[in-house]
Amino acid sequence: MKRKTALTALTALTAGLVTLTTACSSSNGFSSGTSPSATQRAKASKTPLTLMFGSSGTAETNAVQAAAKAFTKQSGIGVQVIPASNLTQQVAQGFAGGQPPDLFYLDPLTFQSYAKDGVLDAYPASLPNASGFSPALQQAFTYQSTFTCDPKDASTLALYINTADWAAAGLGAPPANWSQLQADAKKLTTGGRVGLVIDQTHSGMDEFFYQNGGTVLDGDQVQLDSPQDVQALTFLKSMLTQGIMKLPSQLNAGFSGQAFGENKAAMDIIGNWENGELQTDYPNVKFKVYPLPTGPSGTRATLSFTNCWGVPKQSKNLAGAIDFVKFLTGAQQEMTFAKAFGVIPSLETAQTQYTQTFPQYATFVQELSYAHPDIAIAGATQALGAFDSALAQLASGNPATILKTAQTNLQAVVNQDK
Amino acid sequence: MIPARRGRSAARRREAAAGWLMSAPVIVVLVVFLVAPILMAAWVSISDWTGIGSPFSSGVHNVGLANYKALLSTSGLPQQQLGESLRNNLYYVILVVPLQTALALGLALIVSRKRLAGRGFFRTAYYFPSITSSVAVSILFLYIFGTTGVVNALISNVGLHGPNWFNDPDGILHLLLSGLGVTHAPSALADHGFLGQPWWEWLAGPSVAMIAIIALAIWTTSGTFMLIFLPAIYAIPADLEEAATMDGANAWQRFRSVTLPMLRPTLFLVLTLGLISTWQVFDQIYLMSQGNPAGTTLTPAYLAYVTSFGNQQWGQGAAIAFILFAIIVVLTIAQRLIISDRRDTA
Repeated sequence: MKRKTALTALTALTAGLVTLTTACSSSNGFSSGTSPSATQRAKASKTPLTLMFGSSGTAETNAVQAAAKAFTKQSGIGVQVIPASNLTQQVAQGFAGGQPPDLFYLDPLTFQSYAKDGVLDAYPASLPNASGFSPALQQAFTYQSTFTCDPKDASTLALYINTADWAAAGLGAPPANWSQLQADAKKLTTGGRVGLVIDQTHSGMDEFFYQNGGTVLDGDQVQLDSPQDVQALTFLKSMLTQGIMKLPSQLNAGFSGQAFGENKAAMDIIGNWENGELQTDYPNVKFKVYPLPTGPSGTRATLSFTNCWGVPKQSKNLAGAIDFVKFLTGAQQEMTFAKAFGVIPSLETAQTQYTQTFPQYATFVQELSYAHPDIAIAGATQALGAFDSALAQLASGNPATILKTAQTNLQAVVNQDK
Repeated sequence: MIPARRGRSAARRREAAAGWLMSAPVIVVLVVFLVAPILMAAWVSISDWTGIGSPFSSGVHNVGLANYKALLSTSGLPQQQLGESLRNNLYYVILVVPLQTALALGLALIVSRKRLAGRGFFRTAYYFPSITSSVAVSILFLYIFGTTGVVNALISNVGLHGPNWFNDPDGILHLLLSGLGVTHAPSALADHGFLGQPWWEWLAGPSVAMIAIIALAIWTTSGTFMLIFLPAIYAIPADLEEAATMDGANAWQRFRSVTLPMLRPTLFLVLTLGLISTWQVFDQIYLMSQGNPAGTTLTPAYLAYVTSFGNQQWGQGAAIAFILFAIIVVLTIAQRLIISDRRDTA
């Protein structure tokens, strides 16, 4: 009898507390149905902003902090800059607690989830530079045909060639197509070094599907099991089995750029983030960057990567946050970032300046015209992770099976959204 | 008679009230930090919460057992990955718990010897891995088990070629079988399965990558459990051992018939703690492998994290956590039953 009363008391107490938590969180809670009115966007208050970002290193942290200071000086709006150690998790915690940062780096995959949940402010249309970004970048942040988030930078995959190895093998022009790539990789595979290294993920391999005339996602239809894609992956597997291409794990490297920097591979297909890596960790490696070779049908393609400046609808100072984005995506500020930590501007006018300042990296900008954004589907993190795991085992796997499985898993994710 | 009884019960009631008052702070802390979060998680696991705002806001709906069904009965990636993670963790538990317990007991017996010189030093040395940050230890092991790491250097000294540890998804039972000439699954095992995994995959054994993580777990936790064994060993009366020696028992017989029975309660504690913590393995996976290679180091705890924070499927993530909870509860109860059975027969 006594135990029962104790239990009842405890249950009552718990129920009370749960109600209390509910009450607390719903008071600062948020209803996804409301869309901010134009007036709300227009009047920037002096409420300080928070900016959360995942930093690549001190250079980026300092540059972002300097930009925030410059914005405060210009607008009188204070900015608290928070470098996150795990950005996705910390932003998610912000949303769950009802107080997301006013501005944050947002990757295309997480963007899809937040856009689907309707928590992002679709501010780009209210800014004058809305059509100034590269189309592939705009596409990455378009949800249900609304351009929702301004891309902050641009990256494309290109072919890195170690010039010393290249000269030693007596090779001339860079490979223009797959068969030349294969032939060159064969000649460069010598002295314990492999000809080519590529990353063992979909973000390092999907470009081959496009180059072969295939695709990855077409609207609501995942297209990974097409004959073109199977053929492309079979081509990659044949390079692996011939031993003229290796994956980073086979070279005891965390990613392909590390293997290239350590000169375990003479060629590498990787994005421009490798430039900074080579500069700081492997300053003695001499390299050149070329556009990716075309597939058998002559199709040019690469993948583009970018993050955007996410702004939540529920920001306490929405207009201020949007003003800040306007400042950050100005041609001048984008060039400042480019010089500080090597990113490529997302704005086309700034890209022209970039190619003049860094002619050796013009390739990355040229490639934007035929780039396809890296695949992003809401809730596909695990399905893509499983795909990556399978691709890492490509040397012993069956290309058709790998693609069929990924097709099924990803299509299931797409379908569950409908 | 009657007034006296009434007085006593009134006093008892006052005492009870005082008792409740005294323990109220603890109860409040427990409810706020333990009971309420668990109830909230339980609600999330049957809801369609998207991680935006409070899980109790009006936009969040009860979806019944949909999240559990997606994991347990609908064939697809969620079910397959849950199966995979349970298989991986099962092998992890089967290897780590007995080995770490045996090692801890062995170490405790060695350092408890009175004749051992520098006992304090060894005690500290063995306990050191346990008090070192798991982040530091995990990163250290990434180097130790690298393709050109210390372990492979040792292996190559005896003329063998070490594996590419953290990138090798081959299960060791599969490797043993292929050593015996069995390279393909018998159709009975390949065509039937459980939780989206064919039986052949359930029988793969821990992958080579998982073995490296298992080695790490055993190395780091043995020191802790050694520390639990030590006082229990010291508490064994010396005359018991003396009597056994007088009766002509050798060292093994003394250990088997005197030390081990005396340590039984401690052994059960160590086994239970080991069982619970190994089913919850997360940080090593998060730091070292993120479930790779080929999903062979995926564990339910890590899967719950990825499902929630990566996929933003918070309901399904919470459901995984509750499935894990159920497994741990059932196994702990089973262990208790086995223990009490033994006590009855003993």
